[in-house]
Amino acid sequence: MMTSLAHWAMAAGFVLILIGFYGALTNRNLLRMIVAFCIADTGVNIVLVAVGHMRGRTAPILDSAVPVADAVSRIIDPVPQALVLTAIVIGLGVTAMMLAYALKLYEKKRTLDIAKFTELKW
Amino acid sequence: MEPIMIKNAIALLLLAAVGAIFVSLLAGYMPDEQLNLTARYYAERTAQDIGTANIVTAIVVTYRGLDTLGEVTVLFISAAIVGLVLAQGRLPTNVPGSPQQPRVPVGELLSTGSRLLTPLILLLGIYVFVNGHLTPGGGFQGGAIIASGMLLLLLADPLKHFSHRLIDVIESISGLLFVGIGVLGLLYAGGFLDNRLLPIGTLGELFSAGVIPLIYSLIGLKVGSEFSSMLASLSETEEA
Amino acid sequence: MSSLINGMTLVLCVTMIGAALVAIRDKRLPIAILASGLVSLIASILFLVLAAPDVAMTEAAIGSGLTTFLFFFVLARVRGGEQDGADHD
Repeated sequence: MMTSLAHWAMAAGFVLILIGFYGALTNRNLLRMIVAFCIADTGVNIVLVAVGHMRGRTAPILDSAVPVADAVSRIIDPVPQALVLTAIVIGLGVTAMMLAYALKLYEKKRTLDIAKFTELKW
Repeated sequence: MEPIMIKNAIALLLLAAVGAIFVSLLAGYMPDEQLNLTARYYAERTAQDIGTANIVTAIVVTYRGLDTLGEVTVLFISAAIVGLVLAQGRLPTNVPGSPQQPRVPVGELLSTGSRLLTPLILLLGIYVFVNGHLTPGGGFQGGAIIASGMLLLLLADPLKHFSHRLIDVIESISGLLFVGIGVLGLLYAGGFLDNRLLPIGTLGELFSAGVIPLIYSLIGLKVGSEFSSMLASLSETEEA
Repeated sequence: MSSLINGMTLVLCVTMIGAALVAIRDKRLPIAILASGLVSLIASILFLVLAAPDVAMTEAAIGSGLTTFLFFFVLARVRGGEQDGADHD
């Protein structure tokens, strides 16, 4: 297998996703589960950016180093970057919402243990 | 203990299955040698059609401007939900129990430092989103930097209350102007959020790329005020 | 030059995975939150290596800055709840 920067970064991203899933599945503290989700989120972003990377090319910004004429052969794919930009910002919004609900659940029950919330269990 | 062991085993099994999919994806991944069709279009046309040096900005603000409007809306909704959820029942938790604990006074260094640094941080945020079409950065990054300036104020003086009304007004006005510029583009230029409402100018100058600096500044203000309101609502609950 | 960057990427990846493991396994919640902030910070360096400066800026400001502080604001509010559910491991 040809190893490149993108491969290493992508492998690290996949490992982060797995670690995040493991943490979310095995921890029973709500805040720890949210931390694990954040890590999985970072992993997904790394995988997406790694897909857009190409060997020996530079960032999609036109300046003296990358003249307009040969931009096509010099820059990497800008679309995944725009996508990940959105994903990070929405990620913070989602995290803030999860934290607000965790805080609210703690105020109701005085615990963060997910096993103590049995109202919807049958 | 026994059910927990079984639960952990199931979790590991699930992870092994997902991991197998990931390994096969990774083994079959071949980096592209050429730009694909969409990326090639953006690389070729951005300089003449949009006039931004930063192609990511061109995609975020103009080519996919509608998506960005949707994203800002999602962010607004989540900020509103955080405020709503935390505002409910805040009064009852304030009344009973311990009286206000005496707080350790903030040191001279921290209060003076925060007064010195906050304007500089705000200036950096404004610089980042005004130059979003030329250099890396833009509305989202600049907004986050502005929110971290607000965070510094909150950390230096935890009892400080931000004026939620002011944050709301800034947020609503910038959102309205964002949509308004989009509609003007529909009327006077090629379509919704078209940046050719103003002349495109020369590539690489501050006043170029049509209305993109304007739109990105509005996005920066909107995102900054949304993040600030999230931080303020989460920190204000601390005083109960 | 290229091998230097490759080696740096490898070190970054290993450190990031180590920090992620600390974030989900450490018993102390503040350490776990800081480790998750560290994961984001290293990820932003990795984005820079992958030629994505826009994403790197966003991740550094939002992922490792604001998210960590959101967690700490909530953590200060749930005193006593930090260890809930940890005794069954």
